[in-house]
Amino acid sequence: MPGERDFDKALLKVENISLSFGGVKALEDISFDIMEGEIRAIIGPNGAGKSSMLNCINGFYHPQKGRIWFDGAYRGALKPHQIARQGISRTFQNIALFKGMTTLDNLMTGRITRMRANMFWQALWKGKAEREEIEHRERVEHIIDFLEIQSIRKTPVGRLPYGLQKRVELGRALAAEGRLLLLDEPMAGMNIEEKEDMCRFIIDVNEQFGTTIALIEHDMGVVMDLADRVVVLDYGRKIGDGVPDEIRRNQTVIDAYLGVSHD
Amino acid sequence: MSELDTFPKLLRHQAVRLASRPALMEKEYGIWQTWTWEDYFDEVRRFAAGLSALGFSRDDKLFIIGQNRPRLYFAISAAQSLGGVPVPTYYDSVAEEMKFVIGHAGARYVVAEDQEQVDKVLEIRESCPDVEMIIYDDERGLSDYDPAFVRSFESIQAAGAEKLASEPDLVDREIDRGRGSDTSVILYTSGTTGTPKGVVLTFDNIRSIAQVCCDLEGLNETDSVIAYLPMAWIVDHFISYAQAHICGFCVCCPESPETVMQDSREIGPTYHFTSPRVLENHRTSIMIRMEDASRFKRWMFHYFLDVAKRCLDKRLANETLSMADRIKYALGRVLVYEPLKNQLGYSRTRLTYTAGEAIGPDMFDFYRSIGIHLKQVYGQTEASPFVTVQLNDQVRSDTVGTPIEGVEVKLSADGEVLFRSPGVFHSYYKNPDATAAAKTADGWVLTGDTGFFDDIGHLKIIDRTKDVGRLNNGSLFAPKYIENKLKFFPYILEAVAIGDSRDEVTAFVNIDLSAVGDWAERRGLAYASYQELAAHPAVYELIDECIEKVNEDLAQDDMLADSQVRRFLILHKELDADDGELTRTRKLRRRIIAERYAPLITALYDGSDHCEISVEVTFEDGRKGSLTGDLRIAPVKTFEKHDRSAEPARSAA
Repeated sequence: MPGERDFDKALLKVENISLSFGGVKALEDISFDIMEGEIRAIIGPNGAGKSSMLNCINGFYHPQKGRIWFDGAYRGALKPHQIARQGISRTFQNIALFKGMTTLDNLMTGRITRMRANMFWQALWKGKAEREEIEHRERVEHIIDFLEIQSIRKTPVGRLPYGLQKRVELGRALAAEGRLLLLDEPMAGMNIEEKEDMCRFIIDVNEQFGTTIALIEHDMGVVMDLADRVVVLDYGRKIGDGVPDEIRRNQTVIDAYLGVSHD
Repeated sequence: MSELDTFPKLLRHQAVRLASRPALMEKEYGIWQTWTWEDYFDEVRRFAAGLSALGFSRDDKLFIIGQNRPRLYFAISAAQSLGGVPVPTYYDSVAEEMKFVIGHAGARYVVAEDQEQVDKVLEIRESCPDVEMIIYDDERGLSDYDPAFVRSFESIQAAGAEKLASEPDLVDREIDRGRGSDTSVILYTSGTTGTPKGVVLTFDNIRSIAQVCCDLEGLNETDSVIAYLPMAWIVDHFISYAQAHICGFCVCCPESPETVMQDSREIGPTYHFTSPRVLENHRTSIMIRMEDASRFKRWMFHYFLDVAKRCLDKRLANETLSMADRIKYALGRVLVYEPLKNQLGYSRTRLTYTAGEAIGPDMFDFYRSIGIHLKQVYGQTEASPFVTVQLNDQVRSDTVGTPIEGVEVKLSADGEVLFRSPGVFHSYYKNPDATAAAKTADGWVLTGDTGFFDDIGHLKIIDRTKDVGRLNNGSLFAPKYIENKLKFFPYILEAVAIGDSRDEVTAFVNIDLSAVGDWAERRGLAYASYQELAAHPAVYELIDECIEKVNEDLAQDDMLADSQVRRFLILHKELDADDGELTRTRKLRRRIIAERYAPLITALYDGSDHCEISVEVTFEDGRKGSLTGDLRIAPVKTFEKHDRSAEPARSAA
């Protein structure tokens, strides 16, 4: 990514978040922000609390302490679907697609928060529901074109190789047209070529649609290339926050995660 | 006819004649979008006017790169409308190759499909100072590129529409200035040998051959094709552009290269061009999928395929079919053949050409028997492009047919095929030496292929001339011909025939692990590795049977009867591109094979019955190792020459 980009408005702010499961403290007093339009990476060793952090952001977990602001407004304890409706969409570490459904149908489920026709109209089908379906299908077709998955449009997702399933999951998150996209290890288990494709898509999503992205990723090369800023977690604490260059030089981070430098 | 001597004139003509019939279709966002002939002409006119506004004029070259997209076809037509020359290029060319073509052709404008292609051109921008502008089709990712150098197709068309408003006859005037003898296109040959050569073809060249083929096959505006072959290849240009303009049929662009099969099924094109390799892949995938089908379906599939084969054989032998066979065939059609054709996208196909390589008789019969009208053609870019085509009632698996109307074919003293036709190329661009080497003063073109005419006057191509040798007794030795015959057996993956400047022919064979492995499993033969399977005596017997059949076949042939394989061995490793033994497109590198396996070749000729060899192999991760084996050399039964006449066969020409 050429140079550092400037962002002027925070889209999401987390303040002094603490989360514990019984005696286990998953997150302790974490604060950071995600600026509108940036790619923000969350890194850290296994069990550092990265996924828990995402789960707090999209409402799966409700932290015992701390506050979350989205788009300038304080957000109380909402249900995940309400948060999705606000414009936060996500993918999961262990792909959570409907395996028996086709790629197209999976993407259409991403539009559910946008569907207005109620059950009655859906059942009646003619008129409102049909018009709406056509409109949603068109959006979804643009995403299919964007992710270059035309050839698997009608293939049940369960039959697809892992890398493509990941891409479909990204597609579903895009279909929701959120303002903030949370990606939980979008490149785990991929080969180099698939990773490169995925990077390309993430950059394109960010640049073309202006979507803000927060991602968890273990591949340091990818993180340092993609992210505008990086948050580093370790044992539920924040140990670093800044642009990739700062993180690379941050001694605590090196000790905890990146390994000891040899130069 | 004289006033329709260029493709833009033909387009203008079709825009009136066939105004609202579909000319082009493209699947986008999951829906087939249609351009009528009227739309086609309108798109071309606007783009041409836009190009003209940029300063594109007569004899300028328009470099076009990308996969089959309607706008790239519009670009070809627009360049020709203005008297310029389109130079379509293979979409997978690397930047270096593009640099050569752009520089050599002197292209000032580039039309590129998408960001990937634009980036390649930008990469070589420094060394191609003549390029003034890149025009792209798909805007994805290109919004923040320098608009002074990189512009969208729409923006050029919008500028063109403005210019047309003040000067409505701008493009028509230029179209009228075109002549049939003008250069219509420059196609660079892919350049497997040395630098690419730009083949210059005139409108008259392509138009004349296209017209002959359209008449021969009775193509008209109700036909349709899928445009999936590279636009830079003469065949796509010929079918999707030239023939489409002449007959007015519809050209359908698939959604993406991976969806060609699905898209064919939806469109059901009536006219197909395919290659033996694609056919082979389709057949293999059908067979594998049938193995997974339920028992009843499997039985039905094989039963009716047998019926189809029997009916085909009878029909070829001019026997009348019994009532029972007719009924069974009709039933088979409903239950198996038509659904199968539909799966392959051949439900409406009435004409299928195949070319490029020899096609196995089994495979040929398979497709013909289920009712796919497969015909072989032969040609090259320099012939724009067809030389011979099989006539409907004379279709065979081992010939390429008879010369089409207006084409003369003869053989040189050493068997090289020469042709002369209205389609003979104008020249190689800026390469008079190469032109002179390929084309004689009286218009004959040397094809570089060796062949002969069989007893009913069909041309048979046997090999590239440079690979053809002689046995010590002077008879012809065509390695690829023998190898292809061997490779038609499913058990043989690769074969290398040896015999140039020797007394007899011998061969290396690579077994096909999946086919032979399956065969061994069904027989209960145990084996631990490829090497062990290859050395198994039963496998030697199996391959021996195959070679014997080839020998029997070769014995029928006057010219090649001496090329029967006397001795063979089965290699203990697969020939591999990573070891340099094959090219990436799986063609044999004979010189390297001869070097690496020199001891084996010696043993094949000195009468020994086994030979030890150790060769270096490269593993997939780049590590090297060596593979040692003691290979048995086996003799093969040969056959008496069949009914040899006193006349040497070549005088048939």
